[in-house]
Amino acid sequence: MAPATNTEATTMKNDPILKVEHLSMRFGGLMAINDLSFEAQRGEITALIGPNGAGKTTVFNCVTGFYKPTMGMISMHQKSGKTFLLERMPDFEITRDAKVARTFQNIRLFTGLTVLENLLVAQHNTLMKASGYTILGLIGLPAYRHASAASIELARYWLDKANLTERADDPAGDLPYGAQRRLEIARAMCTGPEFLCLDEPAAGLNPRESLALNELLTGIRRETGTSILLIEHDMSVVMEISDHVVVLEYGQKISDGTPDHVKNDPKVIAAYLGVEDEEVEEVIEEIEEIEEGGKH
Amino acid sequence: MANITINTESAGGSLTARALREGFYAGIVSLGLFVLFVGLETTQNIRNELVLRQRWGLLLVFVLVAAVGRFLTVAYIRPWMAARKAAAAAKVRDAAEPESFFKRNFTAIAIVALIFYPVVMVLLFGVQGSLKWVDNFGIQILIYVMLAWGLNIVVGLAGLLDLGYVAFYAVGAYSYALLSQHFGFSFWVLLPLAGILAAFWGVILGFPVLRLKGDYLAIVTLAFGEIIRLVLINWTEVTRGTFGISSIPKASVFGIWSFDVGAANNFTKAFGLPMSSVYYKIFLFYLILALALLTAYVTIRLRRMPIGRAWEALREDEIACRSLGINTVTTKLTAFSIGAMFGGFAGSFFAVRQGFVSPESFVFLESAIILAIVVLGGMGSLVGIAVAAAVMIGGTELLREMQFLKQIFGPDFTPELYRMLIFGLAMVTVMVWKPRGFVGSREPTAFLKERKAVSGSFTKEGHG
Repeated sequence: MAPATNTEATTMKNDPILKVEHLSMRFGGLMAINDLSFEAQRGEITALIGPNGAGKTTVFNCVTGFYKPTMGMISMHQKSGKTFLLERMPDFEITRDAKVARTFQNIRLFTGLTVLENLLVAQHNTLMKASGYTILGLIGLPAYRHASAASIELARYWLDKANLTERADDPAGDLPYGAQRRLEIARAMCTGPEFLCLDEPAAGLNPRESLALNELLTGIRRETGTSILLIEHDMSVVMEISDHVVVLEYGQKISDGTPDHVKNDPKVIAAYLGVEDEEVEEVIEEIEEIEEGGKH
Repeated sequence: MANITINTESAGGSLTARALREGFYAGIVSLGLFVLFVGLETTQNIRNELVLRQRWGLLLVFVLVAAVGRFLTVAYIRPWMAARKAAAAAKVRDAAEPESFFKRNFTAIAIVALIFYPVVMVLLFGVQGSLKWVDNFGIQILIYVMLAWGLNIVVGLAGLLDLGYVAFYAVGAYSYALLSQHFGFSFWVLLPLAGILAAFWGVILGFPVLRLKGDYLAIVTLAFGEIIRLVLINWTEVTRGTFGISSIPKASVFGIWSFDVGAANNFTKAFGLPMSSVYYKIFLFYLILALALLTAYVTIRLRRMPIGRAWEALREDEIACRSLGINTVTTKLTAFSIGAMFGGFAGSFFAVRQGFVSPESFVFLESAIILAIVVLGGMGSLVGIAVAAAVMIGGTELLREMQFLKQIFGPDFTPELYRMLIFGLAMVTVMVWKPRGFVGSREPTAFLKERKAVSGSFTKEGHG
C-alpha cells in the first residue's frame, strides 16, 4: 500500500475523464440519487462506496446509459479531446462511441459461448466495420480475415492478462466464479474503453481471487491507462487499489477524497456503523480527541 | 461393464423365470381390464335391438401384446438398456476414443448421397416410378429443411421466438405467382426478388415487435402470420382469394432449356428423352437442394462473422450485448430479415413446384411444423434440423405409403389422419429422450487450441 503516492497523484493534476454534475434519479416517490456531483480523474481508479441501498448501482446505470437520469449532466472527456454527454446517449452508443465499458453486479456472461467467443463478441463494432457490415466479409475479402486474426490476438492478450488462456475453448458458464468475474472484466476491456465501470468486481471472491483481481485492475491501469470507476464493498480492494474514493449515503455524497481521508471521515464511519444523527457530533469529538492524543 | 454381464449370466435362469412370471401377471391384468372393453361390444342388429358381439380374437391380441411385451421388457430390453448405460459410462471414462468415420464425415456423405438420390431412384424404380420418391419425399423434405434452416437463424441463433414464419413463405410464393403472371418475369429474376420482398416484410414485422420479448413476441408474430393469410384471402382483386392463383409458369434451366411442353427448347426434346414430368421434378430437386445448401452455407459463414456472433450473444444475454456496444435493434432486424429472405426463397420455389398457390398452404400449422422441426433438431444445429425434417416430413409421407395397415384395421382406416397424433407422440418422445433436440450441443465459431462442442446445458433458448 502506498498512500503517499496516491495523494500525490490526486493533487498533481486536475484532468477529469468523467464529470457527474447535479445528478438526480427518481423512481416514483423514491429519490435514489439526490444532486450528486463528483469527478473521476484520468488514469486513476475511483471507488464509489456506501452502505447498501445508497444508490451506487443507480449512479452506475446512469453513467452507462441503462437508466436515464431525472436531472443532471454526465460528461465524458476522451483523451482525443472529444466530449460526450452520456445522459443523452443510448446505452450501446455509450460503449461504442464514448468508450465507456461496464461489468455487472450479477455476472452477465454469454454462458453458452466459449471464453474466446465472449471476447470476440466484445469486439463486435471493430469487426463489423472490418467486414464491411458483413457484406464484404461474406464474400471473403482478406481485410476481414486480417481483422479477425487481430481480434483473436487481442482476445489472447486479455486472456493472458486475466489468466484464462487455459480455459479459452471452454464454455463461459463452465468457469468457476472468480474466473467468470475476471472474464467479464477482460470482455469489457476488449471493447477498447477509456473508462471502465466495475460493479462490485470482488463480490463473492475468496481472498486469493480478490488478490488476483487487484493485480488485474492495477495491471489494466498501468498498461492501458484506462481509468476505472468501481463500486465495492470489499474494503481491502478499495483501500488497496483506489486513488480516490467517493462515499454515498441515501443518494447523497457524504465524503470525497483519498482513501485515507475517507477512512477517517467521521461521517463515513457514522454511515457505516449506523450511528444516529445526534450521535455524529459525539463521534466526531471522540475521533478528534483520539487524533489529538496521537499527536501528543 | 464386465461385472454386469456376469450378473446377468449368473442370474440368467431366474431372470427368464421372473420375466415369464411378470408376463403372465401382465396378461391376467390386461385380460381383466379389457374383457369388458374389448371382448364384448354392444351393437344394434337389424331390428334395432341391442346385442352383444363377442370379439375374443381381438381380446386375445390385446392380452398377448401385454403379456409378450412385459416378458420382452423384463427379459431383454431392460438388461440391454442397463448394459448400454454401463457401456456409455465406460466410454466416458476412456473418453478420447475417436469418432467413427461416418460420424466425422456425416455432412459430406449426406450431401453426396443427396446429389445421387434422384439417379438412384430412377435406377431403382424406373423413370415413372421414381416420381413419387423424388417429388413427395425428396423435394418435400428439402423444402422443409430449407424453411427450418431459415427459421433457425431467427429462433435458433438470435433466440427470437417467431410463430409466424410461414408469412414470409407466403410472401415469397405470392411474389413469384403474381409477378410472373402479370409481368412475365422468369423464375431466375423473381427468386432474388421474392427473397428481397420477404426480407422487407421481415423488417416491417421486426420494427413493431422489437420491444417485445418472449411470449409477447411469439403472440405478435403469430398474429402477423395470420394477418398475411387473411389479406391473401380477402384481397380478392389481386390474390383471387381462396381460389388461389393457378397455372404459374414453370422454372427453366437458366433460360436455356424450358420444361414447357410446346416450347422449342424443351428439355426432353433437346436431349432426345422420352416425354415425362420426371425430368422437371429432378431439376426441381436439384434446385431446392442448391437453395437449401445455400441457406446452410450462408448460415455457417454468418455464424463466424460478427453479426452471427452478435445473434448468439443476443440469445444468451441481451443486456450484456448492449453493454458491449452492440446495437440490438439492428441485430434483431438483420436476424428477422435474413431469416425471412430464406423463407421467401423457399416460397417462390414452392410456387414453382406446385404451379398453384392458395392461402390454404400458409396456415398456422405450417409455422408450427417448421418451428417443431427446429426445436426437435436442436436449436442452432444445421445437421440436427435436417435430420428432424427428414424424420418428421418423411415420416408423415411414409404414413401415406402404409396401405397394408388397411388390412389390419379395415378399409376405412386412413393412416394419414393419424399424422398429427404420431407427430405429437414423436415430439413428446424426443423431448423426453433428448430435451435439447437431436443435436443439443453447439459448435464454437472460433477456437484457440481445439474445437470443443459446447454442451446444451450452458446455452440459453433466448427470451425474445
